[in-house]
Amino acid sequence: MRFLMMTTEDGSTPATPPSERLQAEMGAFIAEMSKAGVLLATGGLEPQGIHIASKDGKVTVTDGPYSEAKEAVVGFALIEVRTREEAIELSKRFWQIVGDGQGVIKQVFGPEDQPGQ
Amino acid sequence: MAALRAARRTRPQGLRRAASCALTCNGALIVPVTQTKGERSAVHGAIAAVWRLESPRIIAGLVRLVNDVGLAEELAQDALVAALEQWAGSGIPDNPGAWLMAVAKRRAIDRIRREQRLERKIEEIGHGLETETGGAEFDAALDPEQIEDDLLRLVFTACHPVLSTSARVALTLRLLGGLTTDEIARAFLVPEATVAQRIVRAKRTLAQAGVPFEVPAGADRAARLASVLEVIYLIFNEGYAATAGDDWVRTDLCQEALRLGRVLAELVPAEAEVHGLVALMEIQASRTRARTGPSGEPVPLPEQDRALWDRLLIHRGFAALLRARTIGDPPGPYVLQAAIAACHAQAVTADATDWEQIAGLYEILARTAPSPVVEVNRAVALGMAYGPERGLAIADALTGEPSLKNYHLLPSVRGDLLARLGRVAEASAEFERAAALTRNEPERQVLLRRAAELAEQGR
Repeated sequence: MRFLMMTTEDGSTPATPPSERLQAEMGAFIAEMSKAGVLLATGGLEPQGIHIASKDGKVTVTDGPYSEAKEAVVGFALIEVRTREEAIELSKRFWQIVGDGQGVIKQVFGPEDQPGQ
Repeated sequence: MAALRAARRTRPQGLRRAASCALTCNGALIVPVTQTKGERSAVHGAIAAVWRLESPRIIAGLVRLVNDVGLAEELAQDALVAALEQWAGSGIPDNPGAWLMAVAKRRAIDRIRREQRLERKIEEIGHGLETETGGAEFDAALDPEQIEDDLLRLVFTACHPVLSTSARVALTLRLLGGLTTDEIARAFLVPEATVAQRIVRAKRTLAQAGVPFEVPAGADRAARLASVLEVIYLIFNEGYAATAGDDWVRTDLCQEALRLGRVLAELVPAEAEVHGLVALMEIQASRTRARTGPSGEPVPLPEQDRALWDRLLIHRGFAALLRARTIGDPPGPYVLQAAIAACHAQAVTADATDWEQIAGLYEILARTAPSPVVEVNRAVALGMAYGPERGLAIADALTGEPSLKNYHLLPSVRGDLLARLGRVAEASAEFERAAALTRNEPERQVLLRRAAELAEQGR
């Protein structure tokens, strides 16, 4: 089962680059996940990005910032684990390193996970 | 040390009791606490996840202390019982792995002290012994780098050549995959009692043979590593052979083999063949969605919808192959097979396949690791690169090969080559032979249809 672990930011705290200590700890965590054979891909995302919307056949592209975005995804890790609980357990470890913050864990569906199969 | 082992073998069965209330003899988790069903299943799921993530490292650390795989697993399970009792009330601690390791370590020390007392008594009555377990060893049990060494030792021990192949597979899945005997049995379509017995016997064999808990060095290393890679690839292929209708546990074997391969690649990063195996498995796994048709029939590589290939796994496969090549050793069988798989993965369409390169790689593979199955594949590759006559010459030479007598791909390959040469009657007969040999029913239908079409053309 694949899960996408995402860290989100609501813009309430000013975005500061992570400290050296935190970066080192994150590096160690990523290495540990690789060693455990669970990490498929990981990366950080620009907080704003490009907003794109489609309505009545018309596509609108807007560069950020935009006030309506409450939670922006700022980082992700794609992991492959055997159960949902393993994903949660790994996520807990991540937050023990990072400290305060929030995120979302979502299962990534493959064709084998389609409803009705 | 021999006396220590003997004492261990005769230890009272009552010591097992504690472990049995958390893990039944097949390793399934039971949570012995009074809670609502929802709470129980949440705790159960979380603890099961911790166990699967942490148990290989804990068992590995313990084997170094007690020098006995069976006892180490028991001690780890004892620690799990303690965890279940305590965590049910206090919740799961911040670092459950370290918690389990500390408890297990304490129990191992208690056990060894008891046995040392016993041995001193034996000594008093006149038997000479050699035994000493230093305190430094216990401290090292919690050192992360030491744990990685131990994990690697456990991999080599579980795949030791003193064990039969099926025992190596079962022990590897149990100790390094954290699978229960029931799960292993379902995955390999054998009775649970068979797997349980295999594991018990394997542990006994390791103890009786006095297999040292070590990473082999020198001349032995290459052969021992080959045994480890063989076990992982066997697990992968067992999962790869499973079809959509099978128990999910079977298809999960591919994931488990991939995970074991990725773990091993980080444990021995300088071994090109390990990266080769990982690359091979990643690229083969990338085709999972495309390789079976709607009614479960296998779809051959040239006919697969390449849009269904998993690009992420292909990318990971290429990265692993690159790591293997960077090491610079002459390519071994897994690196060569991975390179062949990579050629296919690089082709945007089946027609764009670089068959000359693939044929060249098969030539090297046939010299490095010759086998009848490699010859069959070489026949296909040369037939595609240089025309069906070249392929048929190789395939024809294999018809008397005893080990391929029941291998349906040989008549299937010959049939294909003969059909391309316009020898339709012979081709039809070969496809019928292949249909009679395959154990996959949807594939049999495909082969029979092919035979019938060719017979029609011949009329």
